Amino acid sequence: MTGPAPLLSVQDFRLEFDTFDGVYKAIDGIGFDLAPGESLGIVGETGCGKSVTAKSVMGLLPSPPARVRGGRILFDGEDLLRVGERRMRAIRGNEIAMIFQDPMTYLNPVFSIGTQLVDVILAHQRARPRAERMTRERARDHAVEMLRRVHLPNPERQLDSYPYQLSGGMRQRVLIAMALSGRPRLLIADEPTTALDVTIQAQILDLIGELRRDLGLSVVMITHDLGVVASVCDRVVVMYAGQIVEDAPVARLFDHPAHPYTRGLLAAVPHPGRPAASLSSIPGSLPNLLDPPAGCRFHGRCPLAGDDCLRPPPTTAVADGHRVACWRAMEAADAGA
Amino acid sequence: MLRFTLRRAVLMVFMLLGLLAITFTISHIAPADPAALAAGPDADRAMIERYRVEYGLDRPMYEQFAIYLQRLLTGNWGKSIHTTRQVWDDLVTYFPNTFELVMFSILIAVALGVPLGVVAAVYQNRPIDHTIRILTVSGVALPMFWLGLMAQLYFALHLGWFPLGGRIEMMTDPPQAITHLLLVDSLLRGQFSTFVEGLHHIVLPAVALCFPALASIIRVNRAEMLETLNQDYIVNARAHGLSTFRIVAVYALKNAMLPTMAMIGLRFGWMLGGTVLVETVFDWPGIGLYAVQAAISSDFEPIMGATIVLGFFFMMTNFVIDLIYGILDPRVREQV
Ligand SMILES: Nc1ncnc2c1ncn2[C@@H]1O[C@H](COP(=O)(O)OP(=O)(O)O)[C@@H](O)[C@H]1O
Ligand code: SF4
Ligand SMILES: [Mg+2]
Repeated sequence: MTGPAPLLSVQDFRLEFDTFDGVYKAIDGIGFDLAPGESLGIVGETGCGKSVTAKSVMGLLPSPPARVRGGRILFDGEDLLRVGERRMRAIRGNEIAMIFQDPMTYLNPVFSIGTQLVDVILAHQRARPRAERMTRERARDHAVEMLRRVHLPNPERQLDSYPYQLSGGMRQRVLIAMALSGRPRLLIADEPTTALDVTIQAQILDLIGELRRDLGLSVVMITHDLGVVASVCDRVVVMYAGQIVEDAPVARLFDHPAHPYTRGLLAAVPHPGRPAASLSSIPGSLPNLLDPPAGCRFHGRCPLAGDDCLRPPPTTAVADGHRVACWRAMEAADAGA
Repeated sequence: MLRFTLRRAVLMVFMLLGLLAITFTISHIAPADPAALAAGPDADRAMIERYRVEYGLDRPMYEQFAIYLQRLLTGNWGKSIHTTRQVWDDLVTYFPNTFELVMFSILIAVALGVPLGVVAAVYQNRPIDHTIRILTVSGVALPMFWLGLMAQLYFALHLGWFPLGGRIEMMTDPPQAITHLLLVDSLLRGQFSTFVEGLHHIVLPAVALCFPALASIIRVNRAEMLETLNQDYIVNARAHGLSTFRIVAVYALKNAMLPTMAMIGLRFGWMLGGTVLVETVFDWPGIGLYAVQAAISSDFEPIMGATIVLGFFFMMTNFVIDLIYGILDPRVREQV
């Protein structure tokens, strides 16, 4: 690896869920790095483990049923899997913040926007030295500033409104304001536009791009929409059934997709960059991770599958910064070139 | 919120008129001869006729209803044929005792039930949850009068910690009435020893009475907390670093309190009408005992009086619960 030390480094991370039906091996040895200031996309179809990955970074998965089976999640060199709940609480919001898919359900219906925002800001103060802590009045001013920052109209007045009085786009802006109120270095956005209208989607993506530039944020953008990846990410990892199958710079991935799964995804997008492409247009479905198939997890759906695919494929670098986990990575890359 | 309150108040007035229309029907229309009924079984023909004229029972229906309302408003609620006392005076004597008992009991049930429900939800399926479940199951399964008797035997007779029954000691003078609530009046009049004595007497019956309500409040609150703790906005609050205490006790509980409030209101209403067993065991001079005695002796006016008072307070309970709903939930406040 060259370049600056990564801000976030996930290494050989494994996670399972205990369920009534058995042990669900949701995440199986994933690894990726995120450089400071970088924007990384995580794509993959619904159920492949994107949200679980994000929540693991934030320490938000309840255990039980979740159980970490190995690996490290280094944030600025600190292993988040081992820091403990106290430290984690200080990291949440202050160092790493997260926004979610459905802005309708992520705000508390019975508290005003202002109450919730001020609460979050005050919670962040506990991680600060006593002298630098904000008072409640100062926190309220800060809340207005944050709402202005995310271009919410009439920020002062909106403090007194309740979630049900705002549109989906406005709620997502409020959630972004909440996420940025602690001046985090990393923003994890878990499908932040999936639940929104197309025009609002573009506005929210623009806002995230703007904030990223202005605040020097690093971003992990989780999506199943390759159009979103094309418009906001520098690099992208493709997940399939709890594993990472390809990791490449965005332009490289669109021009030279090397994994058959990625190629399938791209084929499902008539014109790269156009949103609303569905990832589920590859025939077949995700394997059951209660009892994962031996070898390559994609082989049931893969047009290139052969006998060797019954053994786990190695991860190989097909170009600088471009890794693929497939027995036929080179062939696929050549064919796609 | 003001508009919301007014709407509820207007609704409440209509419901009250509905209640009075029902009691009016029962007393004036349904009986073959209302005057004979009101005058009592021992009345002779002349007395019944005098009664008929005095109460306007020979006039048209709507006029009779107006007279009925006027009578009620002026405190003329008829007489008990047994004691010949004014029903209104009896109600003013007995109902406040029941009200105090039920109030005290529901306060215990809420003060214990809500936190226990929260704890059971937070520690779901752990030993403490199972322990609390024993309480909720026994609260539902054990009959109240049996609990009352057992509490009386053990805490009053055996240990002597509490008096056996009654509102206060025979020899104690009750405070001069202001609100007719003994605990309130004794405080207002500065009679602290009477207050302590009243408190001492109310504990056992209130505890016995509170068990079924306590059990349902715990159960509802636990279920609601489990559900709210699973909501996305709780994940969001955690993702922003809010403390677990604030998330559980404020963010989740305020949402869980909505259905719990409904249960509290329901239970309060039931308790008002269901105190007779506890009043019997603890010799508590309340309206439950009064109404049952009246019913046994077919004493018509006291029965109707007790019905109206209990119905009125049942409605008041719903009104107050509605207001609390409005305070807790902005969406309820907005709806018409
Ligand atoms: N609490 C849980 N218990 C059991 N299985 C879970 C739990 N949370 C997620 N999973 C499973 O993990 C897999 C990955 O989920 P998720 O990360 O939410 O997918 P997505 O990529 O759509 O965000 C899913 O198949 C889901 O069923
Ligand atoms: S390893 Fe085999 S089955 Fe898996 S993607 Fe590559 S070719 Fe297909
Ligand atoms: Mg997801």
